[in-house]
Amino acid sequence: MTRTLSGKDIAGQLEEKFPGSIVESNQAHLIVKSEVLPDTLRFLKETAGLDFNYLNHITAVDYYQYFEVVYQLSSLEHNHTTVVKARCYDRENPSLPSVIGIWQGADFQEREIYDLMGINFTGHPNMKRIFLWEDFQGHPLRKDYL
Amino acid sequence: MALKTEPFVLNIGPVHPSTHGVFRMRATMDGEVVLDIEPVFGYLHRGIEKLAEQRTYGGFIPLTDRLDYIASMSNNFAYVTAVEKLAGIKVPERAEYLRVIMAELQRIAAFLIAVGAFLNDCGAFFTPFIYMFREREKIVDLFEMVSGQRLTYNYMRVGGVSQDIPDEFLPALRKFLDKMPGYIDEYDRLLMQNEILLARSKGIGILTREKAINCSISGPVLRASGVEWDIRKADPYSIYDRFEFDIPTGTVGDCYDRYRVRIAEMRQSLRILEQAVAQLPSGPIRSDVPHLVRPPVGEAYTHIEAPKGELGFYLVSDNSIAPYRCHIRPPSLINLTALREMVRGWKIADAIVIFGSIDITVGEIDR
Repeated sequence: MTRTLSGKDIAGQLEEKFPGSIVESNQAHLIVKSEVLPDTLRFLKETAGLDFNYLNHITAVDYYQYFEVVYQLSSLEHNHTTVVKARCYDRENPSLPSVIGIWQGADFQEREIYDLMGINFTGHPNMKRIFLWEDFQGHPLRKDYL
Repeated sequence: MALKTEPFVLNIGPVHPSTHGVFRMRATMDGEVVLDIEPVFGYLHRGIEKLAEQRTYGGFIPLTDRLDYIASMSNNFAYVTAVEKLAGIKVPERAEYLRVIMAELQRIAAFLIAVGAFLNDCGAFFTPFIYMFREREKIVDLFEMVSGQRLTYNYMRVGGVSQDIPDEFLPALRKFLDKMPGYIDEYDRLLMQNEILLARSKGIGILTREKAINCSISGPVLRASGVEWDIRKADPYSIYDRFEFDIPTGTVGDCYDRYRVRIAEMRQSLRILEQAVAQLPSGPIRSDVPHLVRPPVGEAYTHIEAPKGELGFYLVSDNSIAPYRCHIRPPSLINLTALREMVRGWKIADAIVIFGSIDITVGEIDR
């Protein structure tokens, strides 16, 4: 059975290395500040004992006040998993740093989030719509679309 | 005098016999050699994730059939387990067994199509494909018995399955289980040592272990690259911890390994089916679940080992009768992440074989 690592424990380790990086943490997940997102995720991937070498998926949820981007990470060696989140409060131009340099598997998924939710991932080499056509107006998965 | 040459752009698809649906690759070619490709998606985009937000939890099940439409049972399975986790619903024993039986039959059916279509792409035009369809037909007949459908089964329900199996189901399944190993032996005799297949697939389109993990590849493609990772074993859902089976893996990660892993997986699915049929208990097939499920506020992610790889559903509930957000983790889309690097430098005919060996369904990519 895949063990779910407590977000609180991981937040403790991150707080030591990157003070002030954690917004909130509980048993199920931890929320990190978006500026330090790539640094913290790289730390989770490269620290022995954590070794989150596999990115299960990325997705985004629109909560009106903010967008929440969800990263589900796993370690194939230790068979454990955790959920890291980041929030964007800017509705006009939401943006987050891309994690494609850490896990290449983020490539199409970040493009999908940009296409359907309108979050721009800075540093992605090919940030353009993936499913809808180029002059499509709006981002359909936002709650205020339609 | 030197001949003047320059790269040119070749469009493969959106509708082409080798693209497995309305999928397009924009390839930059230097003569016959592929310099670069860019996959172009979206021709089958129906906005299924958005549609989920306007449907009840139960009402979304028929739409999951339309994701990976050649493995509808697996899609049903992944979705209902997510709703059950979110709402804390228990499933009766018999329903769990029926789900596993359907999911494993579906795996065999999907691998038959995957292997048949792969051989098509290798140039064995439609002869092996029709052999594979002979066996798939038997599975589709079984599904028709339980659900009345031959492609979009809509069989599973939140808390169980829609109806019990009819009397003629188990004898027909027995017959299939007796015959299928012989058919797989037949494929082995025909193809495993076939010189043309070996020449077309051995050492072609190698995906290394590190690359596969870094690109979030899952399913048979990941295992062919030598990673022993199967969600049924690593994170057993439903009742998979009760069955004995092996995880077939490859060594090199080439097209041949991906082909071989799929054939080996069929044998493992048969092993699980034998055990599940022997243990099948009697009892109710659905627990008491209200017609309109109202899960508490929260979120849940569940994943299953679908024929293409890790199929996950991420659901967010706001305690209403419809999901606040329903995200589908599509193995077909994510498995294509490495395609570009896999085909670069190969001839166009090899690129088609490499693409075929990944095995995708466009319904799941575009959603």
